[in-house]
Amino acid sequence: METRADTNTAEPSRAPSLEEKLRDLEQRLTEIEERVPDNRVTLVVFSGDLDRALAAFIIATGAAAMGQQVSMFFTFWGLSVLRKGTELSDKSTFQKMMAVMSPGSSAGLPVSKMNYFGVGAKMLRSMMKAKNVNSLEDMISLARELGVRMIACEMSRDVMGIKESELVGGLECGGVATFLADSLKSRTSLFI
Amino acid sequence: MSLGFDKLLDARGLNCPMPLVNARKEIGKLDPGQVLKVVATDRGSVADFQGWAKVAKNVELVAQETEVMDGANVYVHYVKRTT
Repeated sequence: METRADTNTAEPSRAPSLEEKLRDLEQRLTEIEERVPDNRVTLVVFSGDLDRALAAFIIATGAAAMGQQVSMFFTFWGLSVLRKGTELSDKSTFQKMMAVMSPGSSAGLPVSKMNYFGVGAKMLRSMMKAKNVNSLEDMISLARELGVRMIACEMSRDVMGIKESELVGGLECGGVATFLADSLKSRTSLFI
Repeated sequence: MSLGFDKLLDARGLNCPMPLVNARKEIGKLDPGQVLKVVATDRGSVADFQGWAKVAKNVELVAQETEVMDGANVYVHYVKRTT
Protein backbone atom coordinates (compact mmCIF):
# COMPACT_ATOMS: atom_id res chain seq x y z
CA MET A 1 0.00 0.00 0.00
CA GLU A 2 1.27 3.49 -0.87
CA THR A 3 1.73 5.78 2.12
CA ARG A 4 3.47 8.79 0.68
CA ALA A 5 1.06 10.30 -1.74
CA ASP A 6 -1.68 11.42 0.63
CA THR A 7 -0.40 14.99 1.24
CA ASN A 8 -0.50 15.71 -2.46
CA THR A 9 -3.75 14.00 -3.17
CA ALA A 10 -5.63 15.55 -0.23
CA GLU A 11 -6.70 18.34 -2.51
CA PRO A 12 -6.69 17.30 -6.08
CA SER A 13 -4.61 19.75 -8.12
CA ARG A 14 -6.21 21.31 -11.12
CA ALA A 15 -4.98 23.72 -13.73
CA PRO A 16 -5.89 27.35 -12.89
CA SER A 17 -8.72 28.66 -15.00
CA LEU A 18 -8.13 31.36 -17.55
CA GLU A 19 -9.95 33.80 -15.30
CA GLU A 20 -7.64 33.03 -12.39
CA LYS A 21 -4.58 33.41 -14.60
CA LEU A 22 -5.84 36.75 -15.82
CA ARG A 23 -6.51 37.98 -12.30
CA ASP A 24 -3.05 36.91 -11.23
CA LEU A 25 -1.47 38.69 -14.19
CA GLU A 26 -3.45 41.86 -13.55
CA GLN A 27 -2.33 41.90 -9.96
CA ARG A 28 1.29 41.43 -10.94
CA LEU A 29 1.00 44.17 -13.54
CA THR A 30 -0.39 46.58 -10.94
CA GLU A 31 2.50 45.76 -8.63
CA ILE A 32 5.01 46.38 -11.41
CA GLU A 33 3.32 49.63 -12.45
CA GLU A 34 3.60 50.92 -8.92
CA ARG A 35 7.36 50.43 -9.13
CA VAL A 36 7.84 52.18 -12.44
CA PRO A 37 9.22 55.67 -11.83
CA ASP A 38 7.33 58.79 -12.89
CA ASN A 39 8.87 61.27 -15.28
CA ARG A 40 10.39 62.94 -12.30
CA VAL A 41 13.78 64.31 -11.24
CA THR A 42 14.61 64.94 -7.60
CA LEU A 43 17.49 67.10 -6.42
CA VAL A 44 18.89 67.54 -2.94
CA VAL A 45 20.50 70.95 -2.64
CA PHE A 46 22.77 70.57 0.37
CA SER A 47 25.39 73.08 -0.73
CA GLY A 48 25.15 76.82 -0.25
CA ASP A 49 27.75 77.53 -2.94
CA LEU A 50 26.79 79.75 -5.84
CA ASP A 51 28.26 77.46 -8.49
CA ARG A 52 26.62 74.34 -7.15
CA ALA A 53 23.28 76.10 -6.71
CA LEU A 54 23.51 77.22 -10.33
CA ALA A 55 24.18 73.67 -11.46
CA ALA A 56 21.16 72.51 -9.48
CA PHE A 57 18.87 75.13 -11.01
CA ILE A 58 20.14 74.55 -14.54
CA ILE A 59 19.37 70.85 -14.18
CA ALA A 60 16.00 71.61 -12.59
CA THR A 61 14.85 74.06 -15.25
CA GLY A 62 16.25 71.92 -18.06
CA ALA A 63 14.45 68.85 -16.75
CA ALA A 64 11.21 70.80 -16.33
CA ALA A 65 11.53 72.04 -19.90
CA MET A 66 11.96 68.45 -21.06
CA GLY A 67 8.66 67.58 -19.50
CA GLN A 68 9.84 66.13 -16.21
CA GLN A 69 8.29 66.90 -12.87
CA VAL A 70 11.03 68.33 -10.67
CA SER A 71 11.41 68.40 -6.90
CA MET A 72 14.20 70.30 -5.20
CA PHE A 73 14.84 69.55 -1.57
CA PHE A 74 16.87 72.24 0.20
CA THR A 75 18.73 71.26 3.32
CA PHE A 76 21.53 72.63 5.55
CA TRP A 77 23.68 75.15 3.64
CA GLY A 78 21.32 74.87 0.69
CA LEU A 79 18.75 76.84 2.68
CA SER A 80 20.95 79.93 2.16
CA VAL A 81 19.97 79.84 -1.51
CA LEU A 82 16.38 80.55 -0.47
CA ARG A 83 17.04 83.17 2.16
CA LYS A 84 15.72 86.67 1.74
CA GLY A 85 16.87 88.33 4.94
CA THR A 86 18.18 88.00 8.46
CA GLU A 87 16.22 88.31 11.68
CA LEU A 88 18.06 87.87 14.94
CA SER A 89 15.21 87.94 17.45
CA ASP A 90 14.30 84.72 19.32
CA LYS A 91 17.51 82.97 18.33
CA SER A 92 20.13 81.23 20.46
CA THR A 93 23.66 82.65 20.53
CA PHE A 94 24.92 79.99 18.13
CA GLN A 95 21.97 80.52 15.82
CA LYS A 96 22.64 84.26 15.82
CA MET A 97 26.30 83.63 15.03
CA MET A 98 25.33 81.35 12.19
CA ALA A 99 22.78 83.85 10.87
CA VAL A 100 25.34 86.64 10.83
CA MET A 101 28.12 84.54 9.33
CA SER A 102 26.11 82.89 6.56
CA PRO A 103 24.82 84.64 3.45
CA GLY A 104 21.59 86.57 4.00
CA SER A 105 20.35 85.85 0.49
CA SER A 106 21.32 84.14 -2.75
CA ALA A 107 23.16 87.32 -3.72
CA GLY A 108 25.72 86.66 -0.97
CA LEU A 109 26.56 83.06 -1.81
CA PRO A 110 30.26 82.21 -2.12
CA VAL A 111 31.77 80.03 -4.84
CA SER A 112 33.07 76.58 -3.90
CA LYS A 113 36.58 77.33 -5.20
CA MET A 114 38.62 80.52 -5.33
CA ASN A 115 36.07 82.57 -3.41
CA TYR A 116 38.63 84.94 -1.81
CA PHE A 117 36.12 86.57 0.55
CA GLY A 118 33.49 87.00 -2.13
CA VAL A 119 35.68 88.35 -4.91
CA GLY A 120 35.50 85.00 -6.70
CA ALA A 121 31.70 84.98 -6.58
CA LYS A 122 31.54 88.50 -7.99
CA MET A 123 33.97 87.50 -10.74
CA LEU A 124 31.93 84.44 -11.66
CA ARG A 125 28.72 86.49 -11.77
CA SER A 126 30.25 89.10 -14.05
CA MET A 127 31.79 86.40 -16.28
CA MET A 128 28.41 84.73 -16.58
CA LYS A 129 26.73 88.02 -17.37
CA ALA A 130 29.29 88.66 -20.09
CA LYS A 131 28.37 85.30 -21.62
CA ASN A 132 24.67 86.04 -21.28
CA VAL A 133 24.08 83.15 -18.87
CA ASN A 134 21.10 83.66 -16.58
CA SER A 135 21.85 84.71 -13.02
CA LEU A 136 20.97 82.41 -10.15
CA GLU A 137 18.06 84.69 -9.21
CA ASP A 138 16.69 84.49 -12.76
CA MET A 139 17.02 80.71 -12.63
CA ILE A 140 15.12 80.55 -9.34
CA SER A 141 12.19 82.54 -10.71
CA LEU A 142 12.30 80.52 -13.93
CA ALA A 143 12.13 77.31 -11.90
CA ARG A 144 9.03 78.63 -10.12
CA GLU A 145 7.47 79.59 -13.41
CA LEU A 146 8.06 76.06 -14.72
CA GLY A 147 6.36 74.54 -11.69
CA VAL A 148 9.44 73.14 -9.96
CA ARG A 149 8.51 71.95 -6.48
CA MET A 150 10.77 73.47 -3.82
CA ILE A 151 10.86 71.96 -0.38
CA ALA A 152 12.74 73.42 2.60
CA CYS A 153 13.95 70.81 5.06
CA GLU A 154 12.15 71.44 8.32
CA MET A 155 14.77 69.80 10.52
CA SER A 156 17.82 71.69 9.26
CA ARG A 157 15.84 74.93 9.19
CA ASP A 158 14.96 74.39 12.83
CA VAL A 159 18.50 73.41 13.88
CA MET A 160 20.05 76.40 12.16
CA GLY A 161 17.32 78.64 13.54
CA ILE A 162 16.28 79.93 10.14
CA LYS A 163 12.76 81.26 10.40
CA GLU A 164 10.21 80.72 7.69
CA SER A 165 9.97 84.50 7.41
CA GLU A 166 13.68 84.58 6.49
CA LEU A 167 13.03 82.39 3.45
CA VAL A 168 11.43 83.34 0.17
CA GLY A 169 7.74 82.55 -0.21
CA GLY A 170 6.12 79.67 -2.01
CA LEU A 171 8.14 76.92 -0.38
CA GLU A 172 6.84 73.65 0.98
CA CYS A 173 8.29 72.24 4.14
CA GLY A 174 9.07 68.60 4.65
CA GLY A 175 11.41 65.97 5.93
CA VAL A 176 13.30 62.95 4.71
CA ALA A 177 10.14 61.07 3.81
CA THR A 178 9.01 63.95 1.61
CA PHE A 179 12.28 63.68 -0.28
CA LEU A 180 12.19 59.88 -0.43
CA ALA A 181 8.58 59.77 -1.57
CA ASP A 182 9.61 61.81 -4.59
CA SER A 183 13.06 60.31 -5.18
CA LEU A 184 11.78 56.74 -5.06
CA LYS A 185 9.42 57.65 -7.89
CA SER A 186 12.12 59.51 -9.83
CA ARG A 187 14.24 58.44 -12.74
CA THR A 188 17.11 60.52 -11.45
CA SER A 189 18.02 61.78 -8.00
CA LEU A 190 21.03 63.99 -7.40
CA PHE A 191 22.72 65.25 -4.25
CA ILE A 192 24.32 68.60 -4.86
CA MET B 1 17.87 73.55 -47.28
CA SER B 2 14.91 75.44 -45.97
CA LEU B 3 12.07 73.60 -44.31
CA GLY B 4 8.59 74.78 -43.59
CA PHE B 5 7.74 75.98 -40.11
CA ASP B 6 4.87 77.66 -38.30
CA LYS B 7 6.75 79.76 -35.78
CA LEU B 8 10.28 81.07 -35.43
CA LEU B 9 12.08 81.34 -32.12
CA ASP B 10 15.22 83.41 -32.03
CA ALA B 11 17.39 82.02 -29.24
CA ARG B 12 20.62 83.56 -30.48
CA GLY B 13 22.90 84.76 -27.72
CA LEU B 14 21.18 82.63 -25.12
CA ASN B 15 22.98 79.95 -23.20
CA CYS B 16 22.08 76.63 -21.64
CA PRO B 17 19.33 75.93 -20.63
CA MET B 18 17.47 78.90 -22.13
CA PRO B 19 17.16 77.78 -25.79
CA LEU B 20 15.51 74.59 -24.54
CA VAL B 21 13.35 76.31 -21.92
CA ASN B 22 12.12 78.94 -24.38
CA ALA B 23 11.50 76.32 -27.07
CA ARG B 24 9.44 74.34 -24.62
CA LYS B 25 7.35 77.41 -23.83
CA GLU B 26 6.81 78.21 -27.49
CA ILE B 27 5.95 74.69 -28.56
CA GLY B 28 3.22 74.64 -25.94
CA LYS B 29 1.52 77.44 -27.84
CA LEU B 30 1.53 75.49 -31.12
CA ASP B 31 -1.09 73.05 -32.32
CA PRO B 32 -0.22 69.38 -32.82
CA GLY B 33 1.46 68.92 -36.18
CA GLN B 34 2.92 72.41 -36.25
CA VAL B 35 6.66 73.01 -36.43
CA LEU B 36 8.79 75.41 -34.41
CA LYS B 37 12.03 76.64 -35.90
CA VAL B 38 14.63 77.51 -33.28
CA VAL B 39 17.72 79.50 -34.16
CA ALA B 40 20.46 79.30 -31.53
CA THR B 41 24.11 80.16 -31.13
CA ASP B 42 24.63 77.73 -28.25
CA ARG B 43 26.54 74.76 -29.70
CA GLY B 44 25.27 72.54 -26.88
CA SER B 45 21.73 73.05 -28.10
CA VAL B 46 22.38 70.51 -30.90
CA ALA B 47 22.71 67.64 -28.44
CA ASP B 48 20.16 69.21 -26.06
CA PHE B 49 17.39 69.23 -28.63
CA GLN B 50 18.18 65.64 -29.57
CA GLY B 51 17.91 64.68 -25.91
CA TRP B 52 14.67 66.56 -25.50
CA ALA B 53 13.09 64.82 -28.48
CA LYS B 54 14.26 61.47 -27.16
CA VAL B 55 12.67 62.01 -23.75
CA ALA B 56 9.53 64.03 -24.45
CA LYS B 57 6.64 62.16 -25.96
CA ASN B 58 5.00 65.11 -27.66
CA VAL B 59 7.91 66.49 -29.66
CA GLU B 60 9.73 65.27 -32.72
CA LEU B 61 12.99 66.65 -34.02
CA VAL B 62 12.32 67.01 -37.72
CA ALA B 63 15.71 68.37 -38.75
CA GLN B 64 18.80 70.15 -37.53
CA GLU B 65 21.22 72.19 -39.55
CA THR B 66 24.12 74.54 -39.08
CA GLU B 67 24.21 77.85 -40.89
CA VAL B 68 26.69 80.68 -40.91
CA MET B 69 25.07 83.96 -39.99
CA ASP B 70 27.08 87.17 -39.62
CA GLY B 71 30.27 85.12 -39.62
CA ALA B 72 29.18 82.95 -36.69
CA ASN B 73 27.78 79.44 -36.57
CA VAL B 74 24.06 79.28 -35.98
CA TYR B 75 22.34 76.06 -35.03
CA VAL B 76 18.84 75.60 -36.41
CA HIS B 77 16.38 73.10 -35.00
CA TYR B 78 13.00 72.17 -36.43
CA VAL B 79 10.81 70.74 -33.71
CA LYS B 80 7.34 69.39 -34.36
CA ARG B 81 4.65 69.16 -31.75
CA THR B 82 3.17 65.70 -32.22
CA THR B 83 0.30 65.62 -29.76
